[in-house]
Amino acid sequence: MAEMLKVEDLKVKYGVIPALKGINFKVDEGEVIALIGANGAGKTTALHTITGLVEKSGGRVLFEGKDITHTPPHKIVSMGIAHVPEGRRVFPELTVYQNLMLGAYTRKDGAEKAETLSGIYRRFPRLKEREKQLAGTLSGGEQQMLAMGRALMSKPRLILMDEPSMGLSPIFVNEIFDIIRQVSEQGVTVLLVEQNAKKALTIADRAYVLETGSITNSGKASDLLEDDSIRKAYLGE
Amino acid sequence: MVSFITNLINGLSLGSIYAIIAIGYTMVYGIAKMLNFAHGDIIMVGAYIAFTVITTLSLPVGLGILFAVGGCLLFGIAIEKIAYKPLRKAGSPLAVLITAIGVSYFLENMALLIFGSDPKIFSSVVPFQTVAAGPFVIPGTTLISIVVSLILVTALQLFINKTKPGQAMLAVSQDRDAASLMGISVNGTISLTFAIGSAMAGVAGVLLCSAYPSLSPYTGAMPGIKAFVAAVLGGIGSIPGAMIGGLVLGIIEILARTYISSQLSDAIVFSVLIIVLLVKPTGLMGKVIQEKV
Ligand SMILES: Nc1ncnc2c1ncn2[C@@H]1O[C@H](COP(=O)(O)OP(=O)(O)OP(=O)(O)O)[C@@H](O)[C@H]1O
Ligand SMILES: [Mg+2]
Repeated sequence: MAEMLKVEDLKVKYGVIPALKGINFKVDEGEVIALIGANGAGKTTALHTITGLVEKSGGRVLFEGKDITHTPPHKIVSMGIAHVPEGRRVFPELTVYQNLMLGAYTRKDGAEKAETLSGIYRRFPRLKEREKQLAGTLSGGEQQMLAMGRALMSKPRLILMDEPSMGLSPIFVNEIFDIIRQVSEQGVTVLLVEQNAKKALTIADRAYVLETGSITNSGKASDLLEDDSIRKAYLGE
Repeated sequence: MVSFITNLINGLSLGSIYAIIAIGYTMVYGIAKMLNFAHGDIIMVGAYIAFTVITTLSLPVGLGILFAVGGCLLFGIAIEKIAYKPLRKAGSPLAVLITAIGVSYFLENMALLIFGSDPKIFSSVVPFQTVAAGPFVIPGTTLISIVVSLILVTALQLFINKTKPGQAMLAVSQDRDAASLMGISVNGTISLTFAIGSAMAGVAGVLLCSAYPSLSPYTGAMPGIKAFVAAVLGGIGSIPGAMIGGLVLGIIEILARTYISSQLSDAIVFSVLIIVLLVKPTGLMGKVIQEKV
């Protein structure tokens, strides 16, 4: 499998406090990779460095062989990376439809865009029903679906998702994980940050464990599910 | 009754000029998250450009207006690039505010240096006849101000709601990081906002000096403050709010000047602001956005 994303010795500091202390990981084409870790471990920071939302104090990020370490965030999506940010971050005062169209902001193919949109409405019928509703008035789960749909509107090859199940009821959580699996089956590579380690490890191919800015464990997701230290720390067993 | 209606129309006219300025204020606040206190001085820049082209160089009026608007647009972009953009990363609102005040003084002093302090007579820039309809006698500039501001506001609403750069402006105003993840250049969008706001201030400059034909380096200061009040009155960040705030302010000002006291009219205008903010702190059209976590 071709290497899609590679992160080398990545370091980030907020002021003087290090948030990432030189981490390495890679994502191959077609994989679902989980990045798990406790609150404040640096998971969000790791995703932010890939899309350029935080400055790095060292290291490199390569996407499909290209160095994107210093690429500004607004040039990332047209390269094929979509980011579903933590807390969904939909545009609250725009309609569902407007939010989705902003997901396709950099695309120039008018007719195909309409096709992507109808595909997304098929996958998320609730979004179709609420097309004209302001995003800020949607429920948390619906906002998560909108954030995912918006990211998919860019037709990404790699999608980064930051805690898509956060704060959702169990039914919504299952639905979100089903959707992640479907997205992956359609050929999109997935890098998933999750608090819900059990579910994340269940759908992931491989996983990395982040602890206070360092990667302390990694391997096949099925192996990590059996690992005693992981079970204790992240699976509540 | 006739004189009351005439005053109302005059108020509406002054108010539409305030509205055009206030919209620039409110757009910059909504998208760049800063109060551009130099915005009023752009009015003065536009008026001096029009004055120079039309009166000093005796070129056609249309050309003068074109240069005024285009010049303000470029000034707006340049001010943002040179003075405000370098401060954006630092993230200190106070530094930006003080810089904006500095830019305001800079523009005023630049005009002082080039044109001197003596007021210029600014005549016949908008060559429209006085309109007499029945008992009403209304100066051409009054009507033109109302019509122009209506056209501008409509065009702006269409631009924001129907075009991609317009949607990008809304996205940046609501969530800068999320907007950049969509592929929107935040810097480019802020620059565009300054361009539009400043061009509108240029239009306001030409209209204002046509209605009140005297031009000095401080011409923009008071209308700038009034337009800021209008923007706050309407709910800062809201374009319809700025429009309504501007109109309300213009009407109150003219009526207060005519029926109460011309010395007290400004005090009355500011009192209205304070009362409205006491009753509704977010302004007339402002809303409190509830975020879902
Ligand atoms: N903008 C910031 N300024 C200063 N410190 C920050 C900032 N953002 C994050 N941090 C700190 O960096 C560390 C890593 O934060 P990060 O948000 O990446 O963690 P996380 O693993 O995503 O946590 P969570 O599971 O709670 O979302 C934390 O200690 C956090 O307090
Ligand atoms: Mg996080």
